[in-house]
Amino acid sequence: MTAVRRLGAALAPPAVAVLIALAITALLLTVLGVDALTALRALVDFGGSAQGQANQLRTLLTGAVPLFLAGVAVSVAFRMNLFNIGVEGQYRVAAVCAAYVGGELALPMPLHVLVIVLVAMLAGAAYAAVPAVLKVTRGVNEVITTIMLNSIAVGLAAYLVAGPFRDSTAGEGGNPTTRPLGESARLPGFQDSFLLLGLQPPTRPVTGFIVVAVVVGVVVALLVSRTRFGFELRASGANPTAAVASGIPAKAMVLRAMLLSGALAGLVGLPELLSEDYSYGTSFTSGLGFTGIAVALLGRNSVPGIAVAALLFSFLDRAGPSLETQGIPPSVSTIIQGTVVLTVVVVNEVAARLLARREDRRVRGRTEPAAVPAAAAQQGEGRA
Amino acid sequence: MTSAPDAAAPPAIELRGITKRFPGVVANRDVHLSVARGEVHALVGENGAGKSTLMKTLYGMHVPEEGTISVDGEVVTLRSPGDAIGHGIGMVHQHFMLADNFTVLENVVLGSEPHRGPRLDVAESRRRILEISDRYGLGLRPDAVVEDLSVADRQRVEIAKVLFRGARVLILDEPTAVLVPQEVDALFANLAELRREGLSVVFVSHKLDEVRAVADRITVLRRGTTVGTVDADEVTSRQLAELMVGSELPVAERAASTVTDEVALAVHGLAVERGGRRVLDDVSFEVHRGEVVGFAGVEGNGQSELVEALLGVLAPTAGTVELGGEDITRTSTLRRRGAGMAFVPEDRHRQALLLEAPLWENRLLGHQGSAPAGGRFLVHPRAAREQTARIMAEWDVRAPGVEVRAGALSGGNQQKLVIGREMEAQPKVLVAAHPTRGVDVGAQSSIWGRLRDARAEGLATVLVSADLDELIGLSDVLHVMLRGRLVATLDPRDVTPEVLGTYMTGAATGDAGTTTEEDRR
Repeated sequence: MTAVRRLGAALAPPAVAVLIALAITALLLTVLGVDALTALRALVDFGGSAQGQANQLRTLLTGAVPLFLAGVAVSVAFRMNLFNIGVEGQYRVAAVCAAYVGGELALPMPLHVLVIVLVAMLAGAAYAAVPAVLKVTRGVNEVITTIMLNSIAVGLAAYLVAGPFRDSTAGEGGNPTTRPLGESARLPGFQDSFLLLGLQPPTRPVTGFIVVAVVVGVVVALLVSRTRFGFELRASGANPTAAVASGIPAKAMVLRAMLLSGALAGLVGLPELLSEDYSYGTSFTSGLGFTGIAVALLGRNSVPGIAVAALLFSFLDRAGPSLETQGIPPSVSTIIQGTVVLTVVVVNEVAARLLARREDRRVRGRTEPAAVPAAAAQQGEGRA
Repeated sequence: MTSAPDAAAPPAIELRGITKRFPGVVANRDVHLSVARGEVHALVGENGAGKSTLMKTLYGMHVPEEGTISVDGEVVTLRSPGDAIGHGIGMVHQHFMLADNFTVLENVVLGSEPHRGPRLDVAESRRRILEISDRYGLGLRPDAVVEDLSVADRQRVEIAKVLFRGARVLILDEPTAVLVPQEVDALFANLAELRREGLSVVFVSHKLDEVRAVADRITVLRRGTTVGTVDADEVTSRQLAELMVGSELPVAERAASTVTDEVALAVHGLAVERGGRRVLDDVSFEVHRGEVVGFAGVEGNGQSELVEALLGVLAPTAGTVELGGEDITRTSTLRRRGAGMAFVPEDRHRQALLLEAPLWENRLLGHQGSAPAGGRFLVHPRAAREQTARIMAEWDVRAPGVEVRAGALSGGNQQKLVIGREMEAQPKVLVAAHPTRGVDVGAQSSIWGRLRDARAEGLATVLVSADLDELIGLSDVLHVMLRGRLVATLDPRDVTPEVLGTYMTGAATGDAGTTTEEDRR
C-alpha cells in the first residue's frame, strides 16, 4: 500500500462521517422549521470585516487548545483500553492547585510559568493515581472510579477555592477566587504575529499555550509510536495476555498510562488560567474533559486526528453566536458535534471492517510463495 | 430416488474447469470435481489450498469466472445460496448458524416455514422434522432448546435444516473439527444413512484418517487446483498427504543425538497452586544444551502451568528454576527473555500475537527491549520492518508485506512468524508448547526441521505437545505428566504412541522400559 493510499484510507472515513453528520443535521433543522442552508452559511461565516475575521480565528484557535489537550489526555489511556473518564475532574483539581501555587509564588517569568505547569501536571497525575491504584490493587473498574471522582473533584475544587486556597487579600464580598497570578506568570500570546500572515491582529491575543499544546502533541505522538513505553502501551491495549507473556508488566502499565493521562489532563485548564482568567474561580470553564472524550473518539486516538477534531469542535462552538444572530438556536452546533461523533464512531467501525476484510482477502489469496503467484484462497484456519 | 451409486446416471454435481480469481490472485484454477448420487466425496487439501473457495462457489456465494457447474447433468448458474438450495445443494457450516434460544423445530424451519395462513404450521413442521429425523437416524427432539444441546446435536440440527429445505447434496465444511471421537463415529453413521438414501455428501476436511474412513472417493486440492481423485479404499494417509503437499513427506524422525552434558535449564521441585489446588507438584528435570525434553500428557495435567511458570507469568509456590546455573525463579518474564529464553506459547492468539497490529509490530513483541529493533527507551520501526521481512523470507511466512495485520494471516503462517521471531533472537532455551498445532502438513515439517537444526546448534528445548508423533520424533527424553506431576520418564527411541497413551491416562506408571504394563491391557 502506498503512503498516499494509506493516508486516503485514514482520512476518508472521518470525512464521510462529517458529511453524513451534516446531512443528518440539515434534515433535523428542516424538521424543526429552520432553513438548513442559512444555518450552514451562518456556521461557516467568519464575519465581513477583517477585524471580525481575525477575532473569529482567534476564538477558533484559543478554543481548540484545551480541547486538543483533553483529547490527547484521554487518548493516551484509550491506547491501552483504559477509559479515563476522569479528565474532567483531573483538570479541575490541577487548575485550582496550579492557580493557588502560581498566585502565592513570585518568581521570574519563565520559571514561574514552568512551576505552574509542573504543579498542574503533578496534581492531575496525583488525582488520576487514585483510580489507577484502585484498579491495580483491588481491580476496581476505572470507568466507575473516574466518573465518581469527577463529582468529588467539583466539590473539592469548590471547597479549596472557598477555603484554604482563597485569595485572602480580596474583600469578603464577591465570588471566591484564588489570588490572581502575578505579571511574571501571565503567558504572552500571539496578536501582532497575525500581521506576518497578512491578517489583521485580533482584539485579544491567541493564547501562548498553543505552543505548549503543539509541543505536547509532538511529544505524545513520538512517545506512542517510537518509544518502548509507547509500544508496550499499545501492546497492552491490543492484547493484555500477550503483553504479559512478552514481559510487559500489566499493572505497572496501568499505573503509568493513568498517571500520564492525568498529567496531560492537568494541562487542560492552563490556557484559561495563564492567558485569560489568571485565577481559578467559580466561573472557570467546565466540561472540557467530557468534550475531550468526544474529541479523542473523533480523532481516533491519533494526535493529528485529535488536532483536527479539536479544531472542528472549536469551529462549531465558535459558530454559536453567529447562529443566534440569524435567529437559529446556537444549540445547533452542539447537535452537529453530537451527530459527528456518533457517525464517526459508526463509520469508523464499518470502514475498519471493510479494510480488514479486503486485507484478509488479499493475504489469504497469497498463501503461496512469490515464485508461484497464482493459487490459493481464504481457508478459514486460525481466525479466532 | 436411487439407492446406490449409479454409473450410468449423470453425477449429482459436476464442476468442470472452475477458475475463481480474487484481486491479484487465482484462488481456484481449472478445478474438476464430480460427485455421484449416493456418494460421500471428500475434499482435502492444505490450509489455503482453495477448499473454502471451491465450496463457496458450489454454494453460490460467488460466481466463478470460468467453468461450469452441472446438477444432475444440467448446467446451472448459482448466484446465491438461495439458488444453490433451489437446486438441492445445502451447506452445513463449520461454525453453526443457529439461534440458541429457539427450539430445534423453530431453528429447522427458520427461513422456510410451513405455514397455514400467516401462522406457523407447527403440526406440519413437527411431522416433517420427525420424518427426516427417523429416515436419516438423526434422533432430533423438536422441542428441545438449542442452547441445551451438545455440539454434536447442534450439528445434526444443522443437517436437518439443510435436509428440510430439500437438499440432495450436502456440503459439510470441516464437520469433525468440533467433535470428540465418539461423536465423529455417530456423524459418520448419519452420513452412511444419507448415502443409503441416495443423497450425496461433499466432506471437506484435512484429517486424512477420517476422510479415508468415511469417504467413497477423495479429491485432493493443492495450490488452488485439483491434483487428483482417488478411491478411499486404495489410498493410504501418507499417499494422501503427499498428494496434498506435492512432495515426499518428512516424518518426525529422530536425528543423531546432539545432547551435551552442559545443563542449560534446571528445574527442581517446582510447584504451582491455583485456587488452593496444586496444579503443578514437585516437578524436577534438566535440559542440556542440544537436547529436546518432551512433555506428554492429556491436556490439563499441568503442562500449561509448567510453561507459564517457566515463562515467569505464573509465580511458583515452591521450587527453583535455574537458567545456565543462575537462579531465575523470581525474575520477570522480560529478564528471562533477555537471559536467553524464548517462548512459543500454546495459544498464539492469546499469548503471542497482536492480531490487529501489523506484522512488524508483532516482531517487536517480547523483543521490544533488545536491539536492533527495540531498546531501553526507543523502538525502531525501520529495523523491525527489516527484521520482519527477513523472518518472512527465511520462514516462508506467506503475506504480501510487513504492514499486514497479523490477524489476516492463516494459522500456519502466524505460527511460523511466532517461531521465527523467537528463534531469530538465538535463544539458549526454547520453551515451545504445541509448536505445530493448527499448522498444515507443509509448515509442520519445516518447523520440525528448524527445531532439529537449532537443537544441533546447541539449543535446549522444552517441548510440550499433544501430538505424540511430534513428541516421539523430536524429543531426546520424554516426561509424562499426570495431575501436575511427572509420572514417568521414557526413552522416545523405544516407545510407541500406544505405550505413551497408557502412561498418560495413568494406566501405567514407572520409568523407561516398564512396557509390561501394556501387555496387561
